Amino acid sequence: MTAKHNILTRVRTALGSQGEAAGRREVVEARLSGAPRGIVPQRGQLPRNERIDLFRAQAESVNATVETVGDYSELPHSVSRYLRERNLPAAIRMGDDARLGAADWLSERTLEILKGPTDGSDMAGLSHAFAAVAETGTLALTAGGDNPTTLNFLPEYHIVVIHADDVEGDMESIWDRVRTRFGKGEMSRVVNFVTGPSRSGDIEQKILLGAHGPRALHIVVVDPAKDR
Amino acid sequence: MQLTSHKFKSHVSKALVDAQLQKALGNVEKGFIDKRAKAAGALPEFESLRDNAKAIKDHTLANLDLYLETYEARVTAAGGTVHWAETAADARNIVLDICKRRGARTVTKGKSMITEEIGLNDFLSQHDIEPVETDLGEYIIQLRGEHPSHIIAPAVHLNKDQVEGDFRRVHTHLPEFRDLTEPTALLSEAREVLRQRYFEADVGITGANFLVAETGSSVIVTNEGNGDLTQTLGKVHVVVASIEKIVPTLEDTSQILRVLARSATGQDMSVYTTFSTGPKRPDDPDGPEEYHVILLDNGRSSMLGTEYQDMLRCIRCGACMNHCPVYHAVGGHAYGSVYPGPMGAVLTPSLNGIDKAGHLPNASTFCGRCEAVCPMRIPLPKMMRHWREQEFEKHLSARASRYGLGLWAFFARRPKLYRAAVSLAMPLLSRLAGKRHRLGALPLAGGWTDHRDLPAPEGPTFMQQYRKHQASHRP
Ligand code: SF4
Repeated sequence: MTAKHNILTRVRTALGSQGEAAGRREVVEARLSGAPRGIVPQRGQLPRNERIDLFRAQAESVNATVETVGDYSELPHSVSRYLRERNLPAAIRMGDDARLGAADWLSERTLEILKGPTDGSDMAGLSHAFAAVAETGTLALTAGGDNPTTLNFLPEYHIVVIHADDVEGDMESIWDRVRTRFGKGEMSRVVNFVTGPSRSGDIEQKILLGAHGPRALHIVVVDPAKDR
Repeated sequence: MQLTSHKFKSHVSKALVDAQLQKALGNVEKGFIDKRAKAAGALPEFESLRDNAKAIKDHTLANLDLYLETYEARVTAAGGTVHWAETAADARNIVLDICKRRGARTVTKGKSMITEEIGLNDFLSQHDIEPVETDLGEYIIQLRGEHPSHIIAPAVHLNKDQVEGDFRRVHTHLPEFRDLTEPTALLSEAREVLRQRYFEADVGITGANFLVAETGSSVIVTNEGNGDLTQTLGKVHVVVASIEKIVPTLEDTSQILRVLARSATGQDMSVYTTFSTGPKRPDDPDGPEEYHVILLDNGRSSMLGTEYQDMLRCIRCGACMNHCPVYHAVGGHAYGSVYPGPMGAVLTPSLNGIDKAGHLPNASTFCGRCEAVCPMRIPLPKMMRHWREQEFEKHLSARASRYGLGLWAFFARRPKLYRAAVSLAMPLLSRLAGKRHRLGALPLAGGWTDHRDLPAPEGPTFMQQYRKHQASHRP
């Protein structure tokens, strides 16, 4: 308690000349409740379909792979094909997300479905993103039983499903969604923004993919209007 | 780490003849400058985002007390605990108490300059708790018993054969004749060795790029994913962050993020930007059981309201050192402080006192590139100049430079004598230089001429030319 008191007292003394606390408090409250957006780049401010195209292009430019399907029912097939093409074991781990669970996974008879968080022994994980940012090709994932955070980091291959309607132009729009979903000032325990597979430049400043997180990131966009 | 900035000159002499280091430093110029320029150039709003990022931080600093209080309240509401630490020692003890209470044997760490600043690793080791660095660069230098030589690329002073040597020396449980010639093999080996450590760790410690007052979130920005594994798999997540990391809102964070990665590595976004708020919740199958934030002052509050306040806007992107000719020539270790480069030359004397950091503000050519690229528009050269003045006033600078300046002042106040002395000296220097017109060695100026030539003065002096010019243009 005294450390807090001492630090805040020093800060207040130093700021002494910069205005009385009551007036400042109003300014601070206004900023916290108003949360001004600042300068939002034009890049992502596009109509729906172009925005989805930009998302795809940006994600690919940071070494993610992207495919588009028309409906959730196509997921089991697309996941098993992805694994097969890379000679990976036919097994996928996922959380309790209802959108993922609704697909008919039994239709892929050789595919083993594992549920819950991973202990690091799974080669591939499947998550559903909360939303995505076209400006930078970024996925936003939230924590919880639906999509356990460990799936985002431990498997070598991470497949992430995103609904086309959840692709926003910019990061600021994600915060609007977070506030609608969790309440003002509240957050999912974790919000992970993921832009491409993990990498490191620590050896001679050359970028190598696959550091501690996934070596590969595959994005499946569910877009009912895909044949637009 | 032990501050050895007073030995800057002898560090420099060693660095300039260190062939491995000089080779590795080539990667700084190659690796960072073009990438930043490209990324900044590709975003038309980049310069106005810089202005806004600066404005956000200025506003936050002007109301820091209020934002700190709001932040603490939000962390507490999310089930986390905020600890306030006035000094490095206080912060270390808070970490130790948490570790002891949980009976921790090993602690994993995400990359964090603040834990370097407080010397956490040595302290934990002294108390029989093993700190395990998980960022590849940090892991490498931990194996070597070194400190980071760059704030975002800790092992930038090394070449891959050195890393191979270290891995062979330490990873003795792996087959002796494995092929480690490719950097990817080194990366995979580190990944494998560290994987188990995340699960064994009782406590995971990270820094924070931002602390969001609106939500009580801590934010880390990484490319490898090690920070996320550190804070997700440890039973306890401890965030160590200094008080100026506060930003008001999620939107404000997004604004600054746009200039951070571009300035640092030339990426639009780093791979992982993670907002964490409190410990594991009832519906969370994973995540830490406890969430602690240690808010460290360690000299920051004394910078507020002074000519060094602007330095508190720093977001630790590293652009200033990436573009610094002095850093390119000598590397980060020569600075002898946790924070190298231009930002270190300003911050180290602010945090440790100018008497201990004497030479650092002089480690500059005042070319101004650092300020030109600093996303937060921090006037680094101006602040270095302030420190130089203070150093001079406190009579801390070396006798030779004081004597030289004194001598110059004597002549400068006596213009006739000055001109006479200069017209005598110039032909002499010219003669010494010979046909090459460069001076490879100059008595009393070895510090300059050992590593670069001094162009020899040619022709008449400025005053002689000026007089001639005036005469010929007189109507
Ligand atoms: S001083 Fe500026 S350029 Fe240097 S690390 Fe800080 S924010 Fe980046």
